[in-house]
Amino acid sequence: MEKERKLINLMEPGHTGCAGCGQAIGARLVLKAAGPRVIVANATGCLEVYTTRYPHSSWEVPWIHSLFENASAVAAGMEVALKAMGRYDNVKIIAQAGDGGTADIGMGCISGMWERGHEVMYVCYDNEGYMNTGYQRSGLTPLGARTTTSPPGAFSWGNLTHKKNMPMIAVAHGVPYVATASVSEPRDLMRKVKKAMEVCGPSYIQILVPCVPGWGIESKLSIHMARLAVETCLFPILEIENGKITRVKRIKPDELKPVTEYLKPQKRFAHLFREGGEEEIKRIQDIADRNLREFNLVSDVDDLSSSQ
Amino acid sequence: MRMIVEGSVAVAEAVGRCRPQVACAYPITPQTHIVEHLAKMVSEGRLKAGFVLAESEFGAASIVLGASAVGARAYTATSSQGLLLMSEVIFNIAGLRLPVVMTCANRAVSAPINIWNDQQDAVSLRDTGWIILFVEDNQEAVDTHIQAFMIAEELMIPVMVCMDGYVLTHTMEPVEMPSQEEVDDFLPPYSPSYYLDPDDPFTMGAMVGPDAYMESRFHLHMDMMEARSTISRVALGFQQKFGRYHGDLVDGYLLDDAEIVLVSMGSLLGTMREAAERLRKDGLKVGILKVRCFRPFPKERVHAALRPGQVVGVVEKDISLGLEGTLCSEIRSAFCGEDSPDISSFIVGLGGRDVTVEDIISIAWDLRSNPACRVEFRGLREDLMKGDEG
Amino acid sequence: MRIFVGRRVKPGSSLENTTRAWRGKHPHYKQKDCIGCQRCFLGCPEGCVYQMDKKRFDVNLDYCKGCGICAFECPVEDIDMVLETGCEDQP
Repeated sequence: MEKERKLINLMEPGHTGCAGCGQAIGARLVLKAAGPRVIVANATGCLEVYTTRYPHSSWEVPWIHSLFENASAVAAGMEVALKAMGRYDNVKIIAQAGDGGTADIGMGCISGMWERGHEVMYVCYDNEGYMNTGYQRSGLTPLGARTTTSPPGAFSWGNLTHKKNMPMIAVAHGVPYVATASVSEPRDLMRKVKKAMEVCGPSYIQILVPCVPGWGIESKLSIHMARLAVETCLFPILEIENGKITRVKRIKPDELKPVTEYLKPQKRFAHLFREGGEEEIKRIQDIADRNLREFNLVSDVDDLSSSQ
Repeated sequence: MRMIVEGSVAVAEAVGRCRPQVACAYPITPQTHIVEHLAKMVSEGRLKAGFVLAESEFGAASIVLGASAVGARAYTATSSQGLLLMSEVIFNIAGLRLPVVMTCANRAVSAPINIWNDQQDAVSLRDTGWIILFVEDNQEAVDTHIQAFMIAEELMIPVMVCMDGYVLTHTMEPVEMPSQEEVDDFLPPYSPSYYLDPDDPFTMGAMVGPDAYMESRFHLHMDMMEARSTISRVALGFQQKFGRYHGDLVDGYLLDDAEIVLVSMGSLLGTMREAAERLRKDGLKVGILKVRCFRPFPKERVHAALRPGQVVGVVEKDISLGLEGTLCSEIRSAFCGEDSPDISSFIVGLGGRDVTVEDIISIAWDLRSNPACRVEFRGLREDLMKGDEG
Repeated sequence: MRIFVGRRVKPGSSLENTTRAWRGKHPHYKQKDCIGCQRCFLGCPEGCVYQMDKKRFDVNLDYCKGCGICAFECPVEDIDMVLETGCEDQP
């Protein structure tokens, strides 16, 4: 059994992530799909902390952590160096970070990496906040969410801003392969990782990874919450190649759910269900409706069909 | 080969002969000409390196970090604000024990914004775990860069070579440029014992808690201390090969019978040597102590070079605001109590203020008439002593 | 050879750190109605669910933290969550 487990995990158990951690599911699937011939640059964050607590490491692949905001630059440096030394052979570079390390503090380095076209697969584990430091708001925290820096109160319904549109920022840089994925769709996620690994040039995958304590959910509901985010159209699952949407995860009409089904089990949205919260919930429903129309998310046609 | 070139071009040519596999920088005055010349060497096919134009100094430092982690010889260059923007990565490169080499074209730091030379930038990063070497002229800049890669790679500690902005970077001087073959003969290719590689996976940069963090710092400190002998050995080895020696950790000039000793780092030393010669003609026994290696700090060598009864003036282009010149504090730290000469701090040349031979001569005469330990700014404008707000 | 601490950490060494004490419940794989969908296997945050053959899975209890994802996600209810001895069910 020991041998068997070695074969299936490139991110080993024994890490100290929370029970039910969505990011651990995501990262494990990414490595599973990517395989052992990779070098990983990891940003500071939960994933780094709970997988590499000295003297242990969960990683079976070569892996480096430098700083919070520079995983993309470190990855770019590795790619350039391997090519310059003639060692860029049968190896791929992965940069990975949370949403804060990606969309906020890491933005400058990512922009540079994309603009220069480094062949790096960048994975953003989007749990919609700075969970490692105790659930503060990030640029990818959704509207209305309670975090410790966007607490609801007499003058606030929680987070006042919308999720920054990272996939479109990637597209605007000319990143040839951009995708969103969810831990509720593991096969789709792994397919996208494999595809990204084949891309000539940069690729970006943003994976929705629920955070048990940050979202205030039961540990068993991690994957279910990611699924509900998709089925309420709050997190569209897309594949964008050379600037064109080539695939969309379709929701069958009878599976489409109102956003309340997604919001209700999460403590971070509990304040929206108090008196007066209906308007906020409607604003969130509007986001979902807009996504539905924009990406044609609901259809009887099977999953993952071509959108146009 | 003798070349008459700008300091920046000389450094770029020397770095190119060290065959870095990755060179990456972001332009900042007065470092720009180094990057521009490296770019030219790449475009002419004379430098076969991964050459990356980063989006910021922070990115540039991170890119050479990544390159070094997979086993490449990596080089960057910066100055002033750029160095400060890099500072988080600077600590990280040293902590990860990656032998990056960097040029710092020394410049004042903002505010007020000022693009001219002083040494506040590099001096502010003294505690990062980088070896910090200051050069006096362009020939020393060329030679020290070649030595720097050897020192860094032997110790697995990054090296910052500091050269005064404009004063050296933008000044044409004749330099003896070693040939590619000579450099190849002196500096072996970088071959780390391990690097990030799928064939030999390991984790670099793990989260180390109270259980082992101190030990990791201890070993870096001990290697920094040992670096002193490595730097000396490499300087001597270089002398044997190329016939040029600029001092190892320190260099003394006219010290033997000196009653007054002036201490400094960088290009100011040339001015000071000339001042010392003139002062001696006028009967004042002045010697010069050059600090070439600022980190690790050569305490014993400083202690041996100076003695009680001497009057010492540390003349420097930086200040630890609220204390004194930083180099002065370091010089003081070499002594304890009664064995110490009288040591004063002279702050000169901040933000590019000219420092002349006459300025140095007047410092020496002032020390002669008043040896008391003190901190003094020299060359201040009288008309601004009451501010400029009317 | 220089001495480093924390520079080169052994790959996969977190396996030395068992996390069994974290849990109040553990999954029991009944191995009766399994359809081989792999949801338990792919969805485990620890990677401690293993596959023995096409329709037979089990869990390595050295590492299971008892999150309950596998039991919740199982489409045929072939996994039960069982209280650890000495633990009380949390509402």
